[in-house]
Amino acid sequence: MSTEKTMHIVQRGLGKRYRQEKIFKLMGLSAILFSLAFLVFLFSSIFLNGYKAFYQTAVSIDIFFDPAVLEVKDPASANYNGLIKESLRNAFPEVKKRKQKKNLYGLVSTSASFHLRDMVLADPGLVGQTKTIWLLADDDVDMLMKSYIDRDLPQADRRMNDLEISWVDKLIAEGRVTSRFNIGFFTNGDSREPESAGIMGAAMGSMYMLAITLALAFPIGIGAAIYLEEFAVKNRLTDIIEVNINNLAAVPSIVFGLLGLAVFLNFFELPRSAPLVGGLVLFLMTLPTIIITGRVALQSVPPSIREAALGIGASKMQAVFHHVLPLAMPGMLTGTIIGMARALGESAPLLMIGMVAFIVDIPTGITDPATALPVQIYLWADSPERAFVERTSAAIMVLLTFLILMNGTAVYLRSKFERRW
Amino acid sequence: MSNLLLVTILLGFVSFGYVYGRKYALAAGKKGGDIHKLHSRPAYHGMLIALWCGLPTLLILFVWQLIEPSIITSMIISSLPDTFSSLTPGPRGLILNDIRNLAQGLHFGSTVDPELLHASDYYLQLQQTGKNIKSASVIVIGIAALLVGFRHFSPGLRARNHVERIVRYFLICCSLIAIFTTIGIILSVLFEAIRFFQKIPLSEFLFGLTWSPQTSIRADQVAASGEFGAIPVFAGTMLISAIAMAVATPIGLLSAIYLSEYASKRMRAVAKPLIEILAGVPTVVYGFFAALVVAPFIRDAGASIGLQVSSESALAAGLIMGIMIIPFIMSISDDVINAVPQSLRDGSYGLGATKSETVKNVIIPAALPGIVGGILLAVSRAIGETMIVVMAAGLSANLTANPLQAVTTVTVQIVTLLVGDQEFDSAKTLAAFALGLLLFIVTLILNILALYIVRTYREEYE
Repeated sequence: MSTEKTMHIVQRGLGKRYRQEKIFKLMGLSAILFSLAFLVFLFSSIFLNGYKAFYQTAVSIDIFFDPAVLEVKDPASANYNGLIKESLRNAFPEVKKRKQKKNLYGLVSTSASFHLRDMVLADPGLVGQTKTIWLLADDDVDMLMKSYIDRDLPQADRRMNDLEISWVDKLIAEGRVTSRFNIGFFTNGDSREPESAGIMGAAMGSMYMLAITLALAFPIGIGAAIYLEEFAVKNRLTDIIEVNINNLAAVPSIVFGLLGLAVFLNFFELPRSAPLVGGLVLFLMTLPTIIITGRVALQSVPPSIREAALGIGASKMQAVFHHVLPLAMPGMLTGTIIGMARALGESAPLLMIGMVAFIVDIPTGITDPATALPVQIYLWADSPERAFVERTSAAIMVLLTFLILMNGTAVYLRSKFERRW
Repeated sequence: MSNLLLVTILLGFVSFGYVYGRKYALAAGKKGGDIHKLHSRPAYHGMLIALWCGLPTLLILFVWQLIEPSIITSMIISSLPDTFSSLTPGPRGLILNDIRNLAQGLHFGSTVDPELLHASDYYLQLQQTGKNIKSASVIVIGIAALLVGFRHFSPGLRARNHVERIVRYFLICCSLIAIFTTIGIILSVLFEAIRFFQKIPLSEFLFGLTWSPQTSIRADQVAASGEFGAIPVFAGTMLISAIAMAVATPIGLLSAIYLSEYASKRMRAVAKPLIEILAGVPTVVYGFFAALVVAPFIRDAGASIGLQVSSESALAAGLIMGIMIIPFIMSISDDVINAVPQSLRDGSYGLGATKSETVKNVIIPAALPGIVGGILLAVSRAIGETMIVVMAAGLSANLTANPLQAVTTVTVQIVTLLVGDQEFDSAKTLAAFALGLLLFIVTLILNILALYIVRTYREEYE
């Protein structure tokens, strides 16, 4: 075959081949764009669902601190709810029917009475006065104000009936409804009432757990990495340890939960739902990751450093602890932070050891019953109220903020201290 | 004396041992005229004394903490009248609980059995004695160890070698923890699973076609005997994992190819970390998103073209799980593709191949073992993934291959069986451990297989 003929064949196929090339390139690009688009979609959908949770509706009501109600033996247990009901009845004198009254009382959050109690306990001089006080609105009012409740729907299909909406409209017209920053979301524990549910309890639980995880995983992970990388002689045992660590890193997290349940709860009889057990389980889960990244960090320190130290008379241990370890530390810290970020976002093993309980109190120690941020998200996601959807998204935003901060620190550490030899 | 105070005192001893041990050694060296007569640097002498004092006392404290409750319990039991010790463990546990509650001042009732009252007094007394003995022994031993440490000192003492040996043992213990974790996992899961298989035969579990883990409290209830055939549960897991892999494999692989072969350096530097964010998003977030956005969307989309789609369809969970796995596959494939030497590409271009032809005919075959290994690891992740399926997949075990129906998975079943109150003698609770054992075995096999493939078929280019 002559060259010309060959060239002809090649030329004839070129168009098709270039088209295929283009299509292939386009497929690759669209794969990347798909992932990025999903990322944007995920984050914006969570933001749009949740940003309103940082604001909350309050209604102002004239409250008469009735001495007849409050001057009792123990002012802390007086009937503050009655005060609110009385004031609401005064504000809407036209409401007479029993059922309607019940709806009327429902405009204000049930937690509002605690607010009044705290006010009176702080300032007993209030008794006998009439004050206009901003009280937390019920979550339904909040949802109406945030226009999640559609006024155009037929009455039976929405959570508030026409009458209730008319009351809210009246309050709005009188300037008695406002939207204010939702501090309670950051300072309260969990609650059955969406308007007073907060993430503080879960955040503290997560913090205690991570503290335990870090306190155990960092020294032990680094110790294991040092031993395996610097001291261990190649034999059957170290081989087993190595394979074992690699496998542990890929064991599903829920299996660690089973381990925690069977060993820590049933065998050692540690308390259920406690951050102590959660921290232990997460420690075992993150340990392989930290060991593996630690070993990589140690490997990246060139042998000349060790040899120089040994050459001027340092012992093996001194060479490692005085010279190699400081140089490998940034890499190890990066690995540890990434491991901690994973532990913070993990929830499956915590379900196994009872950290899914409904816990109102903010934990004050490692053996108090507690839950964790991701588990709180799981719990709220299961709640039917619309207001909890908003709070779930807001809690996700808080969790993601922590994760981004941690990962950002890791990236910063890596770029700042990474040395190429 | 509380444990916290005790540990603080011990730490005080330890730091005293270090500081003064170091000073002592330094002074001894100076007195001898030549500091080089000391075998080790003074700090090592200090460290040795500190370890001498700290290790035994902390060990005693720890062991005491572990065995104290059982000793007290057995002493209480032996102090009770014979009628109690002849009871079966169940009622005996209740009585012991009563005693503990009484001792803590928790009693809700008018009359108290004088025997119990007496026992609870005895309990309190024992606890107090135990505390005293513990504190006294720890403090005395701590001081004694310090004294022995100082007495033991001599300039020729090989303090550094001793310290280094202790550190070395500590490091070995650290690396053994990983082994103990594995043993712990295997034993705990295996132990409960064996108890399960004593109630339900293994063959029924492995080959049964119905999964309805309801066990009755009374014998005459409806659905008195649960059925524990794991096939539908595994089929559901496979279905969701298959959907996930069908999403993740092409997208992850194509992304890796584009990033390593086509993308500019800048685009790579931006796009890769952005996609890897997807791997850092907690799975509970994916689960929430799948249940709140994706599942209703698929259901409505299906309804608009006349398809009956369950609101907990396997499709929604699988899709989102696939997206979660994309960065995993992308990273591994990217590493493997980058490891293919440039000379192979150059050779292919030199023969006139286009980029895509080079990728398809040269790079992918060369990187195939690594990619397959990565995919296997990804499958093991998909099988073990919990939160997405717990939140977005169903609970009822349907044996179906239709992605529009609700199916359940192994992890969902483990969670539903174990969340809440458990009694550790019912087949229902133990079934979770049997499922856990299977999950562990399957993921372990996948991991080992992946490592084996990568190791055996890796091409060495040098």
